[in-house]
Amino acid sequence: MKIQVQRVSKSFTADGRRTPALVDIDLDVADRELICLLGPSGCGKSTLLNIVAGFLEPTSGTILVDGRPVTGPGADRGVVFQEYVLFPWLTVQGNVEFGLTLKGVPADERRRIARRYLELVGLVQHAQKFPVQLSGGMKQRVAIARALANAPSIILMDEPFGALDAQTREILQEELGRIQRVEHKTILFVTHSIREAVYLADRVVVMTSAPGRIKQIFAIKLPETRDRFAPEFTQYESEITRVVKEEVAKVHE
Amino acid sequence: MTRGLAILATLALWAGISYGNRAVEWMLPALLPTPGEVVRVFLDSVRDGSLVTSVTTSLVRVAEGFGLAAAAALALGVLVGVSTPVRLLVEPIIEFVRPIPPLAFLPMFLVWFGLGEASKVAFIGYTTFFPMFVAVAASVLRVDPMLLRAAASLGATRVDLIRRVILPAALPGIIVALRLGFGLALFVIVGAEFMGADAGLGHLIMEGRTFFNPAQIVMGALVLGLLGSAANALLVAAERSLFRWREARATS
Repeated sequence: MKIQVQRVSKSFTADGRRTPALVDIDLDVADRELICLLGPSGCGKSTLLNIVAGFLEPTSGTILVDGRPVTGPGADRGVVFQEYVLFPWLTVQGNVEFGLTLKGVPADERRRIARRYLELVGLVQHAQKFPVQLSGGMKQRVAIARALANAPSIILMDEPFGALDAQTREILQEELGRIQRVEHKTILFVTHSIREAVYLADRVVVMTSAPGRIKQIFAIKLPETRDRFAPEFTQYESEITRVVKEEVAKVHE
Repeated sequence: MTRGLAILATLALWAGISYGNRAVEWMLPALLPTPGEVVRVFLDSVRDGSLVTSVTTSLVRVAEGFGLAAAAALALGVLVGVSTPVRLLVEPIIEFVRPIPPLAFLPMFLVWFGLGEASKVAFIGYTTFFPMFVAVAASVLRVDPMLLRAAASLGATRVDLIRRVILPAALPGIIVALRLGFGLALFVIVGAEFMGADAGLGHLIMEGRTFFNPAQIVMGALVLGLLGSAANALLVAAERSLFRWREARATS
């Protein structure tokens, strides 16, 4: 197993009150698997991702990556954020090279690797631009290239396409699918879009409303290249929608 | 364009009043120097070299005091910005000392460091340190924590975070802090040189008072103003070229 989430619970304390966010999460993620974490907002799916990333400590339980417990953020787990979080003072290329610079990779080697990933996300001609000059979709492509260039075996994506318009979103989903067929990373992908989850995931993990638990796991048995209008696709979509709705309804009770 | 007009208008107003006063003697003409007199004093002091000496003396003091304070403010400001324990320790001390007007301590500096260069340099350093330190620490604290997360997940160590994320992200704020400090240094050098100095622009101005030469006082003040504007313009230009990434949008 690539990632093992073992009885992970997390509660937050605010104004002296403890609010549980995650309760007893158990999840095994296989090598090269793409898992989508799906659930109503506030269900703790991003919290779980942040714990795997090492940004947050679980209140109890452990995360193992390649059998070793996670104690903090590390270059083995690349992260792609919803708000892109590019380094605004670096060019596109500088951003993509960032992790390699930290490792002390020589400049020409860095340039070669950056070029390869900028080609993969279709941004070679924008290499010398600064992030302020890019659209949201382009920024997120840079963020994905930055994560990939650092050669992590795991990529954690926290609603990466959540801030994009619908068209850009679908294009980037398709690009991520294409990239995954080349790169074969283990990906944990947080989303609240059921369509997105069915389009991308090997397995979709549906979480309950707060405090988050795992409600149900769907294995998506669809071909690698997916058709959003195929009957099997829409069937998964409606099946998962039904389960998610139960949880959304609970929030409004 | 508007700026040039405003400066010209101010000069015209000054000329009108001072030359008008010559005619009607509303106040003793010697008390209100005309632009012509100030220019004459300026040219005289350029010719005999005294102005150059005054300016360099003052600027060397400013550079030394400001340089020391900037280095200290930068080091301590970053330290306070990245370490909560240090911040909690330093903050109350700063908050206690900072509201005391620095000029109140000027005699103390003369007592400690004597009438020579050391007292001026130390005084400028003391005065400019606090605002620069506070501004540097604030700009470090304002660095988006998400940038730190992004860098940490790319493998950044604590030292990497400071060098490759916190410093570049806080740099715009740091430059503003330095501008502030440099302006302040030019501000207080005059006060320091009023008391027991034998050279410098402050001394030049005081000499104008001692020998009853108001034109020299005005000339000294204008030279200080020009130095301040020039220094500011230089720093603003440096900022522009350093922070291409913030203005890049306009050129794309």
